[in-house]
Amino acid sequence: MSINYQTLSFEYQPCREQSPQTGAKQTVYPVIVVGAGPVGLATAIDLAQQGVAVVLVDDDCSLSTGSRAICFSKRSLDIFDRLGCGDRMVDKGISWNVGKVFLKDELVYTFNLQPEAGHHRPAFINLQQYYVEGFLLERAQEMPNIEIRWKSKVVGVEQSGTPGTCDAAVTLTVDTPNGQYALRGRYVVAADGSRSPIRNLMGLDSKGVTFKDRFLIADVKMEADFPTERWFWFDPPFHPNQSVLLHRQPDNVWRIDFQLGWDADPVLEKTPERVIPRVRALLGPDAKFELEWVSVYTFSCLRMERFRHGNVLFAGDSAHGVSPFGARGANSGVQDAENLAWKLAMVLDGKASDALLDTYASEREFAADENIRNSTRSTDFITPKSPVSRVFRDAVLKLARHHPFARQLTNSGRLSVPAVLSDSPLNTVDRDSFAGLMVPGASCVDAPVQAAGDPAWLLRHLGQQFTGVLFCGDKGIDAATEAALNALRTSAIPLKLVVIASGDTKPPAIADVTILRDAEGLAGARYDALPGTFYLIRPDQHVCARWRQLEPLAVEHALKRALCVEGTA
Amino acid sequence: MALNTQPNLARPDDFYEALIDMHRDLDDARSQSANAQLILLLANHIGDHATLLEAIRYAREGVADASPEGGEVHPLAA
Repeated sequence: MSINYQTLSFEYQPCREQSPQTGAKQTVYPVIVVGAGPVGLATAIDLAQQGVAVVLVDDDCSLSTGSRAICFSKRSLDIFDRLGCGDRMVDKGISWNVGKVFLKDELVYTFNLQPEAGHHRPAFINLQQYYVEGFLLERAQEMPNIEIRWKSKVVGVEQSGTPGTCDAAVTLTVDTPNGQYALRGRYVVAADGSRSPIRNLMGLDSKGVTFKDRFLIADVKMEADFPTERWFWFDPPFHPNQSVLLHRQPDNVWRIDFQLGWDADPVLEKTPERVIPRVRALLGPDAKFELEWVSVYTFSCLRMERFRHGNVLFAGDSAHGVSPFGARGANSGVQDAENLAWKLAMVLDGKASDALLDTYASEREFAADENIRNSTRSTDFITPKSPVSRVFRDAVLKLARHHPFARQLTNSGRLSVPAVLSDSPLNTVDRDSFAGLMVPGASCVDAPVQAAGDPAWLLRHLGQQFTGVLFCGDKGIDAATEAALNALRTSAIPLKLVVIASGDTKPPAIADVTILRDAEGLAGARYDALPGTFYLIRPDQHVCARWRQLEPLAVEHALKRALCVEGTA
Repeated sequence: MALNTQPNLARPDDFYEALIDMHRDLDDARSQSANAQLILLLANHIGDHATLLEAIRYAREGVADASPEGGEVHPLAA
């Protein structure tokens, strides 16, 4: 019997703070996460996996209403893998790599978002948001150090103590069916959505541009044999002068997104009398389908000026918003979560200075700008804002039918890829010369490897804590290198260590060092590795530093820099 | 590659005539579309981003009464 995640409801239970016996004694929790959406849940799981106890509060008692965010990117899947629920997402989701763009009824452009083999995860899966939240929630429920409090609405926020010190804390006033109580935490993660009550309570706003266009989402249940590709039409015969997007979800549900124009009546357009003929125009007069979920939306590209305000950190839609074309909303929020979690864990553990949290803000503000820039460009193409912009858009589409160059200008949404945090203060600038994409600040790419003779994936062995990766080629490991690895493994910030060997060399077994074999040579190629190349990887699987030769002292300096610890200037 | 604004057309008068000819019998909307397509074709041929930005800047400066809002940097140049 499968679970219906759309109808699940969770019980409110009075918490410790509300009990007369224990309520008087005020606990200060390390982290309070507000909002049990994908971002809040991912943050809570990531923190809990790193040993930080979390209280997660949500003002509701159910999962996402409607399918909402449906496209989850490879990077999000890599993160879900690290959080222990990637397989469930991918098993249920619809994997896809290919998108097609049509002008009228003619195919003008095909793109493949993952044209090379040798990656565990596809470029994207489509999966209804309630499944994503459901699988994350079930993972969170397995963890004893996450306490989830439903029907708990934050109605007050107060910060106290000296900012940047251990006595800085946040007191939330939480409203429940049993009345209000005070909830104190060192840090609060506001993952409470685009209308963020915490942002409003703190008198902050998220600024940007709202686009004058309306779109209709019709989730339709039907048996159909469209391929599992993203299909986007400009000016199709079945919906003239506007755009349409067709996308497959699990359970025989298809997302159809119709551009309606600014003058459309959002209430009227949601009625089955209006929706069904639009769907029928696409599918044909005899198509059999049921409407699963209908929504009319407008969208904005906006962000908060700063994602950190004292000990309150904003993540996901509360901090930034984009148009849906590009799947950059939920995916960027999940990346916020993983950027923030390890930093909070390190600060709370006393291993990093509080200034590390400033880099959560700066890194993710940079990423948000990139997402907003891409989203705005797509939107300007799909919804031209001026007559001349429309002339150029239509000219591109006309040219695209016959001239390949114009196809690369056709913008139906540039799909989410992780930002390369190349200017991050946490990076150590390359001293040695490297080629390829794995620059400091990039998120690590996957590669097929072998672990103990069995097929495995590189990314499964990276991250969660700082990881050192030594490519030893076919040279094996000499005594000096072994001593250096041992020094790193037992230092103040102990490194998880991975050695990647090629050829038939058998590096000696070293305690707590994972030996992987680069059987296809792809790991070495993707990381531009030579024998001796050493990468320092952040807990969130971003490249932090790299060298052609392992030098423990250089690694120690890079680690201090990555933790904002004194003496790295 | 700097934008070449020195004489470079092989057959200047023939080119100009062909350009005007392209618009013959077109209404305003079609003329605009033809111009836009021409710009896109030529831009792709040039390819180099800095050169294109230079041309865009000269074109914008050449619009007599356009008041650049506070000397704003063009978003593409950002």
